Amino acid sequence: MTWPAIRTILDGAVVTAMLAAVSILLSLPLGLLLALLRWRRVPVLAGALAAFVSLVRATPFITLVLFVFFILPSAGIQLDPVPAAILALTINTAAFSSEIWRAALQTFSRDQREAAAAFGLSERQIFTRIVFPQIWRANLGPLISEVTILLKCTPAVAVIGVVEITRAAGRVGAETYEPLPPFLVATLIYTALIATLVRGQRVVERRIARRYGVTR
Amino acid sequence: MSGLLAVWQSRDVFLWGAANTLLLVLGCLLLSIPLGILLAILLTESPGPLRRSLAELVDLLRCVPFLLLAYLVYYGLPELGLRLDPWWAGLASLTLYTTAYLAEIFRAAFLAVARDSIEAAHAFGLSRGLLYRRIILPQVAITAAPLIGNQVITTIRDSALLMIITVQELTFAANFVSANTFTPFAPFAAAVGLYLLMSFVIEAGVRRMERVRKVRFG
Repeated sequence: MTWPAIRTILDGAVVTAMLAAVSILLSLPLGLLLALLRWRRVPVLAGALAAFVSLVRATPFITLVLFVFFILPSAGIQLDPVPAAILALTINTAAFSSEIWRAALQTFSRDQREAAAAFGLSERQIFTRIVFPQIWRANLGPLISEVTILLKCTPAVAVIGVVEITRAAGRVGAETYEPLPPFLVATLIYTALIATLVRGQRVVERRIARRYGVTR
Repeated sequence: MSGLLAVWQSRDVFLWGAANTLLLVLGCLLLSIPLGILLAILLTESPGPLRRSLAELVDLLRCVPFLLLAYLVYYGLPELGLRLDPWWAGLASLTLYTTAYLAEIFRAAFLAVARDSIEAAHAFGLSRGLLYRRIILPQVAITAAPLIGNQVITTIRDSALLMIITVQELTFAANFVSANTFTPFAPFAAAVGLYLLMSFVIEAGVRRMERVRKVRFG
């Protein structure tokens, strides 16, 4: 493989990293919001959200991508490939991470909530001061796993024409008639990205353990 | 309405696609469950160096996106002189990928089996084969059922990516019908409905296993 070919794939890696970063920043808070709405048992909304989450969890990601890019336009929502990819990634990860947040909220210590209420903290203060700081630390592992899964989902957006790692590698392969080397390079890049995330998780977990004692 | 009609008229395409998805997933499970158990046994029992290199291999496989693995198998095997058509390449990559995840699930479940039941089995002089068959695996099948169920649903979802290497599974069918009938929505709704149905069946199976667990272990 030539240097320009490797450059093409590395440019794709920048796009992949950007897609992943934006989708993470959108989907983790959205997942938390979904979980809070379901936790509060808002009558109709909670049921609708539960149905939405199980629908997304059963749908293959690539089906979701094709749906957002090819089917939403017929409902009047026309998106370019990159926004469509971000929307699909966000919907997917929000649904999956909302289950993590929801389990965390359900198992959160009742004593602490009642104690906080007895001290006169408002609902909002209980959440921002007591509940949230604990649940994000205790669920860092599952949340980072969700992020690595998101990263592993990104190759699927190549089908709608986003030139990220996989599509860039495909292009290089089509030009040189040798698809294997570029795909090997692409796999190496993904592996490096994901391994870095997992390593980062271990570091943060150790820091948290040192500062706050072992969580859970 | 015209959408529903289009789906009904091309039901053969959908059934073919759904059958292919099911066949791929069932074939994959038939291969990867025994392989996963075997790999998990090797991961717990084999001597140091072999165990460490197998653990590295499993970790590596779990870092690779499935689509890339499918590409590597599809384009890589011909280089090794093995020419597979897309369907078989798809099955091979799906099996390889799922085996790595199942091995991790089984390994964790092996570790969770109560030590005293294993020691009791040793005391009764059970051979290693009998120990796994009668004591460990039945408990593992029950305790790991929810995780295995999740993995099966993930496998169904991953199998959709095989449309990119032109395997004619359910998403391929939906895309095909959608592009050919100019009724974009209904074919995808039908495909999502079928995926939902598959995941309901698996969740029902997991719930049944959980009832068994409650009856046996309280």
